[in-house]
Amino acid sequence: MTPQRTRWKTALGIFFTAVMLFPVYWMVNVSLTKTSDMRADPPHWFPWNPTFEGYVDVFNQQLPNLMTSLIIGLGCVLLTLVISAPAGYALAKLRLPGKGSMSFLLLIAQMIPSVVMAMGFYAIYIRLGWLNTVGGLIVANSTIAVPFGVLLFTTFMSGIPQEFIQAAKVDGANTWRTFRSVVLPVSRNAILTVSLFAFLWAWSDFIFASTLNRNGDMIPITLGIYAYIGNNTTQWNSIMATAVVASIPAAVLLIVAQRYVASGVTAGAVKD
Amino acid sequence: MRPTLHTVESPARTNATARTGSPRSGRGEPGTRRRSSAQRWAALAFIAPLIIYLVVFYAFPLYRNVELSLHDYTPRAFVQGNADYVGFSNFTDVITSNAFGVAVRNTILFTLVSIGAQFTIGLALAVFFRNNFRLSGTLRALFLVPWLLPLIVSASTWSWMLNSENGIINSFLGAFGIGQINWLTSPQWALVSVIIANIWLGIPFNLVILYSGLQNIPGDVYEAASLDGANAWKQFWHITLPLLRPVSAITLLLGLIYTLKVVDVIWIMTTGGPGNASTTLAIWSYRRAFGTGQPDFSQAAAVGNLLIVFALVAGFVYLYLQRREERS
Repeated sequence: MTPQRTRWKTALGIFFTAVMLFPVYWMVNVSLTKTSDMRADPPHWFPWNPTFEGYVDVFNQQLPNLMTSLIIGLGCVLLTLVISAPAGYALAKLRLPGKGSMSFLLLIAQMIPSVVMAMGFYAIYIRLGWLNTVGGLIVANSTIAVPFGVLLFTTFMSGIPQEFIQAAKVDGANTWRTFRSVVLPVSRNAILTVSLFAFLWAWSDFIFASTLNRNGDMIPITLGIYAYIGNNTTQWNSIMATAVVASIPAAVLLIVAQRYVASGVTAGAVKD
Repeated sequence: MRPTLHTVESPARTNATARTGSPRSGRGEPGTRRRSSAQRWAALAFIAPLIIYLVVFYAFPLYRNVELSLHDYTPRAFVQGNADYVGFSNFTDVITSNAFGVAVRNTILFTLVSIGAQFTIGLALAVFFRNNFRLSGTLRALFLVPWLLPLIVSASTWSWMLNSENGIINSFLGAFGIGQINWLTSPQWALVSVIIANIWLGIPFNLVILYSGLQNIPGDVYEAASLDGANAWKQFWHITLPLLRPVSAITLLLGLIYTLKVVDVIWIMTTGGPGNASTTLAIWSYRRAFGTGQPDFSQAAAVGNLLIVFALVAGFVYLYLQRREERS
């Protein structure tokens, strides 16, 4: 392969990526456009006259919603880890009857449409009085991440050499001690991947938020944007500024944890 | 991932099923050790939270949902819990309603066109990125961005881009002398619009999975083919596609399962309108339950249960393919 040819490929790759990411660029561009320029024809391709009014609006109105999303995201991570890490260990390394059917159930669980789950939760929450609560949303959102988490931990922990666990046993550690001081430390990558996805899914969730938290005092950022679109069809710069801010976690995670993202996407879909 | 984004929600499956499920897998602890009952209790203690969780937060909502679909729940009965049992009449009402045919047609179109295009574009990009060139890793990582963004962000961005008067897409087409298209508000374009946005959302997922599938094809197969004088196109047709078949099948099926579920993209862009022009079964279910001021949970749940049946059928096919691949 001559350098000439790879340079040409790089150029082509940049072009494809630019086309793919154009909507993202456009979101940023519109978020910096003045309201008066919004209706310009043709639209401004570049924010040469930028304004931050959209971002001022975000910080005036959406800050509480961002905090709510953060709480829900972190709560969801915690709940998912607490349930799925021990279960993954049990499925991978401990003797249990019915392991196969459990994995099968978890796979099926991921295929259930969220809208169906939302209806079921609504019917339950309306009796429990859990509608419009942050706790209720954390629980509902965790149902997206828990099956994924268990399967990922199971796969990962199956790869831990048996000698590690045997050595701990010989030293007289019981199952819990072994899990805590041997298995969890070596499963760092799996913990990070599961946490990352649990957080992102909770942060991005719209279906559960829009059905179980419609009249709450504390709404997540996704509902904040949705309500904003409904109320101000002219304030697209503020809507897009909110969208940009809501995308920050995804962008940050992609930059700092790209490896875990890619491994999570392919988790088991292809054998590594 | 979202699949809804996410949609796309995310792929997640592992070969744990086979590893733990089949005694023939040959893995596992030496069987000579005597089991102590203490160990078995420990194992149960580790799995207990998950079992409780699945019963309370999965099985129970699903049971409630089946129950909703077999009773006649008026909003009032919904709160009081004294609805009449009506058997399958909700299902027959749904299937015989006028909107049902439209919703089924839209679901089929939305699903097939989406996964077909996502897969084709994803595969083309995966093959392209297989040649390592400068920046290829970085660019591939950037391709994940659409998949990671909250769906409301992507969907509202597309809404603004497709806006009739001020959207960049009409302005771009206008430069080629194409008149204004009412993407989101005209019956013939609404479904096309949500499909375009959904394809864009699904490309990253297909690219990542197919790319790692390509990584597992040994390079010397290609080298041998080159020596035999096979050009790039022939190599793709006779090597890449056949060897990628198992991964492709899995990717397409996961795509099918996730696309059937899509609510957020469509709801945010068009709410299934105008009329029922972009209403799929999932949207219909969502609208019946939550989208109008008059919730009709019984019919919504009936449609939701039909969706589950479709997803399960796809799921079983997927499992069957996976098992078959693991045996080979």
